Amino acid sequence: MTPGPMVLDVRAVTKVYGQGDTAVHALRGVSLQVERGDYVAIMGASGSGKSTLMNILGCLDVPSGGRYLLDGTDVGALDERRLSILRNRKIGFIFQSFNLIPRMSALANVELPLAYGGVKAPERRRRAQAALSQVGLGDRMDHEPNELSGGQQQRVAVARALVTAPALLLADEPTGNLDTRSTADVLGILDQLSLSGRTIVLITHEDEVAARAKRVIRLVDGGIIEDRRLRRAGQTGVAGPPPVAVPLAEGAR
Amino acid sequence: MSTWEVLRFAVRGLTANKMRSALTMLGILIGVGAVIMLVAVGNGSSEQIKNNISRLGANSLTVMKSTSGGGGGGGGGFGGFGGGTRSRQQSNGPRTQAHDLTVDDAKALVDPVNAPSVKSASPVTTSSSVTTTYEGTSHSISQFVGTFPAYFAAANKEIARGAAFTDDDVTSSRKVLVIGQTVAEDLFGTVDPLNKQVNVGGTPFTVVGVLKESGSSGMQDADDVAIGPLTAVQQNITGFGSLSSIVVEAKNSKVTDQAQSEVTDVLNQRHEISGSNSADFQILNQASLQSAVSASSRTFTVLLGAVAAISLLVGGIGITNIMLVTVTERTREIGIRKAIGAPKGAILGQFIAEATVLSLIGGVLGVLVGVVGSLFKVVGVQPVIVPSSIALALGVSVAIGLFFGSYPANRAAKLRPIEALRHE
Repeated sequence: MTPGPMVLDVRAVTKVYGQGDTAVHALRGVSLQVERGDYVAIMGASGSGKSTLMNILGCLDVPSGGRYLLDGTDVGALDERRLSILRNRKIGFIFQSFNLIPRMSALANVELPLAYGGVKAPERRRRAQAALSQVGLGDRMDHEPNELSGGQQQRVAVARALVTAPALLLADEPTGNLDTRSTADVLGILDQLSLSGRTIVLITHEDEVAARAKRVIRLVDGGIIEDRRLRRAGQTGVAGPPPVAVPLAEGAR
Repeated sequence: MSTWEVLRFAVRGLTANKMRSALTMLGILIGVGAVIMLVAVGNGSSEQIKNNISRLGANSLTVMKSTSGGGGGGGGGFGGFGGGTRSRQQSNGPRTQAHDLTVDDAKALVDPVNAPSVKSASPVTTSSSVTTTYEGTSHSISQFVGTFPAYFAAANKEIARGAAFTDDDVTSSRKVLVIGQTVAEDLFGTVDPLNKQVNVGGTPFTVVGVLKESGSSGMQDADDVAIGPLTAVQQNITGFGSLSSIVVEAKNSKVTDQAQSEVTDVLNQRHEISGSNSADFQILNQASLQSAVSASSRTFTVLLGAVAAISLLVGGIGITNIMLVTVTERTREIGIRKAIGAPKGAILGQFIAEATVLSLIGGVLGVLVGVVGSLFKVVGVQPVIVPSSIALALGVSVAIGLFFGSYPANRAAKLRPIEALRHE
């Protein structure tokens, strides 16, 4: 895999909630770089700052200190309008609780980011249909979220996240609310997306989920304590090229 | 994001909660409907009053004797309006001698040199509550008028059947009578009253004509009337005292004011009134009566409109209220939309559009209700729609949507995505 430009470049980012004595340091100087096409799992117990990191990576929150470059753009320098454009074009969100908009068909939900991006209706429809077919929901396009199972809803959310062809797919505990089978479905889709070259950052606290990633970062108390490449077992072991496993921070254990 | 797209989102948002949307619309509907209806009712009643007045003769002036106690009340054919009109030559000064109005006064008013604007002048003597009988049926005519034939044109009395009496009838004081609809119905029922003899205070009169129905004017039934030749009425009913009034008809409606001053001059001269002496007569001008009444009814209309506008305002506050609830309720949705890249403008647009669509649909329905409602009589008044009130009410309702919707919409647009997403 050719190392492309960095999709994520996080430099000494800190996040502090509150002030003075009651201040909570959610992130204490996190630095992180993610290459194009990488599949990173961020792990950590609750309270470790992984959700805060996720929000900052997704441009939903601004860091208290440090710099954050997304696909070469310094996010800190952007105003609200440009941030929304950035969220629309560069990031695809997958949430734990799916976060589909109720009373809108699956197709309309997937079309939504394209609508905000200013894509014309016929083109939008075509791309949304393609995205839904890609996650195996080509026959459920007109269903509203409450007519779909949890796994199906999360697949719609994945379709919505990837329909804009974003530089980064951000998944926040995507399987947290799913049963085993649906979990397998969704993770399978993420694997495929990774194979096709998408950059994925996934937050989880489950080892099985993290095991699908190419690289695992462990957060404790707002700092990175482990960052290592995984040798992918099973899937790429036989058929694919030998995995390039470069342990960055080995020996942390 | 096209406008069309924003509108589609708005409609989708509204249909998601139909009951709530419908009730909010109802507020605006009632407001707009009330504005249109009430303004139409006010307008209708003013038109009705104007019609009633012009039915009395739009170009006519009524000259009445002014008693020293102040302007006399309604005389002649003026029903309840006499007291409220402008009267020139108020009698508020000392006067040596008050002249009665005479037939000669009336004749002197028809003078092409001194009074070129006067078309005709009819002396009028009236008597009220005159009991009339026909074959055992009795009716008390509330207004018994003795006059000249020109009176019919001046007072706008049209003949439905038969004919008016003539100048010849007046000179030979024939006992003929033209009666109003009410009198005809009460005395004759279904019998044709023409050429029948009725007994008026012991004297037989022959009915030669029936007046067209003119409807009630004010408190008095304008059809409860009988009109006979001046001479015959004086001889048999009122006696040869002074006249009740002189009805003067101007050449056209534009010269009534001119005619009024001419009449004043002629009568001042005849009654020897000059300078410090105040006049012993007063003139009622139908045109000024009409403008006075329409001015007061305009105030009435504005008042009604203002009351209705308050209900429109209340409807607008209802929109703010419901939009605030909607924004709170859909905070999470707003968060999702922002997370997937909705710009502030799109969120703002969506909620303003929702409020505006609500108020616009409510407004259009309100116009419909107002227009349909105006087809029916309301407390005896046929409402007449003022087109500008429709445009105004509709415009105001849309403005209300924009104005009252912008606060909640702004709140939605300003939500920070991270907090909105956390909202449960």
